[in-house]
Order: sequence, then C-alpha cells, then structure tokens
Amino acid sequence: MSALNIKKGATSHSAYELRDPHAEVIETHTLAVLVDNESGVLARVIGLFSGRGYNIESLTVAEVDHKGHLSRITIVTRGTPQVIEQIKAQLARLVPVHEVHDLTVEGPAVQRELALFKVVGTGDHRVEALRLADIFRANVVDSTLESFVFEITGTAEKIDAFADLMRPLGLREIARTGIAALARGA
Amino acid sequence: MTKQMTGARMVVQALKDQGVEVVFGYPGGAVLPIYDEIFQQNDIRHILVRHEQGAVHMAEGYARSTGKPGVVLVTSGPGATNAVTGMTDALLDSIPIVVLTGQVPTFLIGTDAFQEADTVGITRACTKHNWLVKETDRLAETIHQAFHVATQGRPGPVLIDIPKDVQFATGTYTEPAQARTGHYQPKVKGDRPAIEALAALIEQAERPIFYTGGGVINSGPEASRLLRELVDATGFPITSTLMGLGAYPGSGKNWLGMLGMHGLYEANLAMHDCDLMIAVGARFDDRITGRIPDFSPGSKKAHIDIDPSSINKVIHADIPIVGDVTEVLRELLEIWTARGRKTNRAPLERWWGRIAEWKQVNCLSFRNSDKVIKPQYALQRLEALTKGYDRYITTEVGQHQMWAAQFLHFDDPNRWMTSGGLGTMGYGLPASIGAQIAHPDALVINVAGEASWLMNMQEMGTAVQFRAPVKQFILNNERLGMVRQWQQLLHGERYSQSWSEALPDFVKLAEAFGCKGIKVDHPGDLDDAIREMIAYDGPVVMDVLVEKHENCFPMIPSGKPHNEMLLGEVSTEGAITGAGAALV
Repeated sequence: MSALNIKKGATSHSAYELRDPHAEVIETHTLAVLVDNESGVLARVIGLFSGRGYNIESLTVAEVDHKGHLSRITIVTRGTPQVIEQIKAQLARLVPVHEVHDLTVEGPAVQRELALFKVVGTGDHRVEALRLADIFRANVVDSTLESFVFEITGTAEKIDAFADLMRPLGLREIARTGIAALARGA
Repeated sequence: MTKQMTGARMVVQALKDQGVEVVFGYPGGAVLPIYDEIFQQNDIRHILVRHEQGAVHMAEGYARSTGKPGVVLVTSGPGATNAVTGMTDALLDSIPIVVLTGQVPTFLIGTDAFQEADTVGITRACTKHNWLVKETDRLAETIHQAFHVATQGRPGPVLIDIPKDVQFATGTYTEPAQARTGHYQPKVKGDRPAIEALAALIEQAERPIFYTGGGVINSGPEASRLLRELVDATGFPITSTLMGLGAYPGSGKNWLGMLGMHGLYEANLAMHDCDLMIAVGARFDDRITGRIPDFSPGSKKAHIDIDPSSINKVIHADIPIVGDVTEVLRELLEIWTARGRKTNRAPLERWWGRIAEWKQVNCLSFRNSDKVIKPQYALQRLEALTKGYDRYITTEVGQHQMWAAQFLHFDDPNRWMTSGGLGTMGYGLPASIGAQIAHPDALVINVAGEASWLMNMQEMGTAVQFRAPVKQFILNNERLGMVRQWQQLLHGERYSQSWSEALPDFVKLAEAFGCKGIKVDHPGDLDDAIREMIAYDGPVVMDVLVEKHENCFPMIPSGKPHNEMLLGEVSTEGAITGAGAALV
C-alpha cells in the first residue's frame, strides 16, 4: 500500500473531532476514499451521496493498487461542518471502504486536475490562444490549420481561468478529469 | 483437504456451518438447484411462506426474538423485489438478516431474461452490503462474509445474489474459519477518556436520565443486564424508545415508560428538563426529538453507539462514545465503581420529586366504557391475562402499535418486535410466525389493526401449515386509525380514504385458513375471549371490535417540543399549524 502514500492514523472521520456543529458556513472539502475495487463500489459511493442529499462537485476514481485491487476515489464535496462529518462517517461504514481521509483538514495537500481544450480559430485569435497557452504552461497535443487541442494541468481555479480566457478565442469543447489530490509531505 | 461440491450444495453446507436451523423462503426457477439440496437433507428446516415479504418479516421476528441472524431464500426477479420492503425494514431497525436470491445464469445477465432483475442494484440502498457471486469458488466464502457483515457492528440485512449456473457448477468449499472477513471489523471498545468523563458527569448530575434504544437489545442480553445494574446502582430514571422496550424491565422502579411522539408525559418532560442525558444505543430519531432546537435544551448529552454515523447526525453529543453497548457499559460501571459509585443524592431526590408530579398527570388515562371496547382497555386486559406466560409480542403499525407500547410491559429483552424505523404495515403477522418458529412453546401474540393485518394475511396459511399457534389480536376500528387521527387533527376532519369498507368476516376468514376465529364486541365478553384465544392449541384470529374514533394520546404534534404534549382530555383544535403540518 506504500504506493498510495496515505498517512496512517490521520483519518478524521472520528466522531470526536467535530468542529462547531452549529456553524452554518458551507465548506468545500476534498476527501480521499480508499476502496476495494469490486463491482458496484462506485455506485455505492454515488448512491450514498444522492440518497442522503449530499453534493458532489468533483469525483475521480481509478485503481491505484493493482495487486491489492484497491481504488482511490477523490471526492470534492460541499456542506456545513456537520454534514461533512456525516459524509465521512457514512462513507467509512460502507463495507468496501478501507480508509476515508479529509485532505482539507489533515494538513496541506496538493490538488491537480487535467483538462483538454479544443480551441478553433484563425489569424490573431489563433496566435493569442497559443500565447496564453504558453503562459498557462498548457501543451499543444493536437493541431490543425484552424484548431488546437491544449492539455493543461493545475488546480480547478487555474483551469477555470484558462477557460475564461479561451472562450472569446474560439473555445469549442472542454474535457476535465476532476480533481486528484495527495497530502503534502512524507 | 479441499471439498469439491456444487454451488447449490455449498449454500446448504455454508448455512449449516453458520449454525442456521431455519430458512424462510419461496422457491422459483432461479433457485431450484438450492431447493433440490434442501430436499435432500434434514438439518435445516425450511418454512414455506406465501409471499416473499412475509419471509423477510418472519426472519426479522426470528432474529429479534433469538438474537441470531434470520435467513431468507427467494428466487430471482419478483422474488427479490418482493423482499425489498422487508430488507428496508431490517435496515432501519438494524436487524441481522441474510437474504439469498437466485439470479438468471451469468450468460443471461443483462439480456432482460425471464425473471431477471438487477437485484444487487435494486437492493444496494436497502442492505448493509450485497454481493453478486459469479464464480462457484467464491460462493461459500461470500456467504460466510455475509454472516459476518450482517452481525458485526451495527447489524443489518445483507443479500447474496446467486446466478443459476453458479449453483450448478462445481467448486471448492471454503470453511468459515478460512473465509476472509476482510477489514470489516467495527470498533467495539469505547474511548476510555470519554467514558471517564461520563462517569464524572454521573457523579455531578442533578437531573439525569437514561435514554435507551434498540442498540441495547442488539448488543445482547449482557447489555440489558449491565444496563439494569447501572440504572439501579445510580438510581437514575430511565426511558426508552419504541425499539428498546424490555432492555430495562417495565416493572422496574426507575422506569418512566416509553418516550417520543406517543410516549409518556413523564418520560418526555424528564427528557426536556434533564441536565444529563445518557443515550445508549439510540439514534435521536425524529419521533423522539420533536422540534430539534427545543430538544432538551439544558442538558449535556452523552451518546453511546456502535455506529459513528449515528453520533452528531441529528443532535450534538457532548460526550460521544463509539463502541458496543455491552463493552462500554461494562467499562463505565468499572470506572464509576472505582471512583466510589457516587451520585449527587440530594438534587437527584428532588428530581424524582418532580417526576412524581408529572406522573400525577396520569397521561395514559382514558374514558372507559361499558358499552364499547376501548382499545386501551383491550390491551390492559391482554396484559393482565397474559401475565406469567412466556410471552412474545409483535405489532403492526399505527394506533394499536402505540397503545401496545404504552399498555403492555416487557420485563426482558427480545420479547417485543415492532417495525419502528420504517413503520411497515403488514410486519406483525409474519414477524409473529418467525418468533413462534423460534419459540414453539411460547405465547406469541400479534397486536394488530385490521388494515395492517390484511396486508400480509396470506401468511396465516404458513402459520397453519407449520403449526405455529400465533394469536392475532386485531383491534378492529374499521378505520386506518392513525391516518384518521391525523386527518382529524390537521386536515380539517376530512377523512380521505381512511376507513375500511367491505372488511372480511374475520371469523370466517380464520376458519377458511383452518384456524380458529373469535369475535368480541362487548367489554363484558372480552376476558373470556382472551382466555379462549390463549387456551386454544393453534393459530387464532381474534376480531376485537373497538371504539372507532379513539385517538392515541399523549401526542407531541409534529414540529412541537417535548413540553408541548397533547393529553387525552385537552382540546386538540389547531394543535398542528404552519410548518408542523408539512412534517410526517
């Protein structure tokens, strides 16, 4: 499981750690959920969110330990502190769930998302798109005489900003992966 | 040495190895190989139900009256979908049930084959966990895992979907000891500093109360024993949810009665005014809390529960203790004993004084009649005439259920089975059969309303076939009593669809099933009728014609706090207004 590099014992789905339950502030949290990669496990997690009325802002899933058949689901969710604690407790009691980590409260974490942008245009727009892509460190992964496909990696905010800039320059399509996140440090 | 056998034989072998004695089920195309194996053995008894919903409720009655998991075997498609209500019921009441469903062969899955349904998809939301087994080699291990998941931590229903070709194929049997039960090992020991903090609060509390629930029953008889020791040693008052009745004896001196929407006045007022609430295996259901901001506003709350998601879900716990009730109570008693078993005697005395004043209200009083049978009176007589019997009670859902909880007393756990969380009409009759199958010589009574009872009445056939002498005590008001009560209180007395016309003649119906029918409509005849019901050696359907418009009190209207209860004699006009009317 070393490939996963999740700190042991840092799990904060404990009932003992509730922040002010009466706070009505809406927080955004990034959760890393380690699950058995078995049939239906994603449906179980998504069903929990839809069945109990929780939000999913972003969700990514892939097997990260092929030998142990473990998948890592990264979920960005929003809610009051009480709702966030409920989400973690509800996730933790699903049978195929091994660990639930709240990367938002467990210390600093890096979050990255990959996106592909198709931008169509000629002349000045095309030149400007390429110039901005360079500033955003986006790579050109496909090109025709009147289009580019850019590949960009970064935080969700960076990708949003890039989308805002590309829109007047002929943005046609975006494909985003959703957020992958890891805690910083050893 | 590896044991080779067919999947169907594996099912029977795994059930035997899990100590299963009874299976409630109904055959069909996709489970024929398993039924063939059941035919060829005598260790496991099969109870043939009349509808798959009945099978699950019977398994619930069996599980709740024994503490052992109940087992259900049904076919694919409609067999599985008919079991959904029962599984949802078991999920909400945390009852350990293992449901085995047949499935179309793996090579037909996804083709809309005859009697195909996406059973694991449909039941994902109504089971604790479920499995579709695609290889015979994995079948036995999965069944052992299923029993582990159903019974460990907070119990609940699980389902194993077994395609027909997996039942026919030969594979290697896995013994229970070799089955990987994986990482699913819920925490049972409580956090010691939290338990110490609770012990300190017990010493200081001036107005304490124990609020206990079904978790105490689920934890096993030792939990009830420890609870009794703790309650009696502290001298604290105790109330319980509908699910928890019997954990502390109804005849115990510290017993305040059930709390909640139709709970006792003294229990609800004590909850509202307490300064220390010790919640044990209870989950602050909306039927308990009433209006959340007004729920016991001045108390510190300790919450003992095996499910971390129950804690802080509804009500903030000042002292959360995640653990098994037995383990936590044992440790709490140890710590509190080591500290000298102190309580705050003088204020506690005054607290009991206030409780005694509330008891004076006599909230269960009702105006009796010598002309018609009042439902409360019928239950008082049932209680009096069944004293001393080895008695198990099940109920359906509605007014009769609340009256049964108020007027019948339970001195032991596992004696009271009712659909608490889901409120499933049609639960009681099959549950009574399940309890009777587990306790053949006991007196098992289903306190029912006529409308609920009709929902699963076909199971009387099961009772007759398997000689389960269950007593169906039907309080017949020819109304959907609780619906009618709510329509009276908050829908302007417009009684939309809440009366029963064209009811069957219950005596003839009983006789048609081959059991005894008794009808009673006069208070003077009631005692003899109850005695006749008890004495009869076989199933009885007793039709008790009761007052049609009796309301169930006390009642905390939806959206009201505990200290705004309605009592029987007060006017109920305008009791539920505004936002409360939108609640259920």
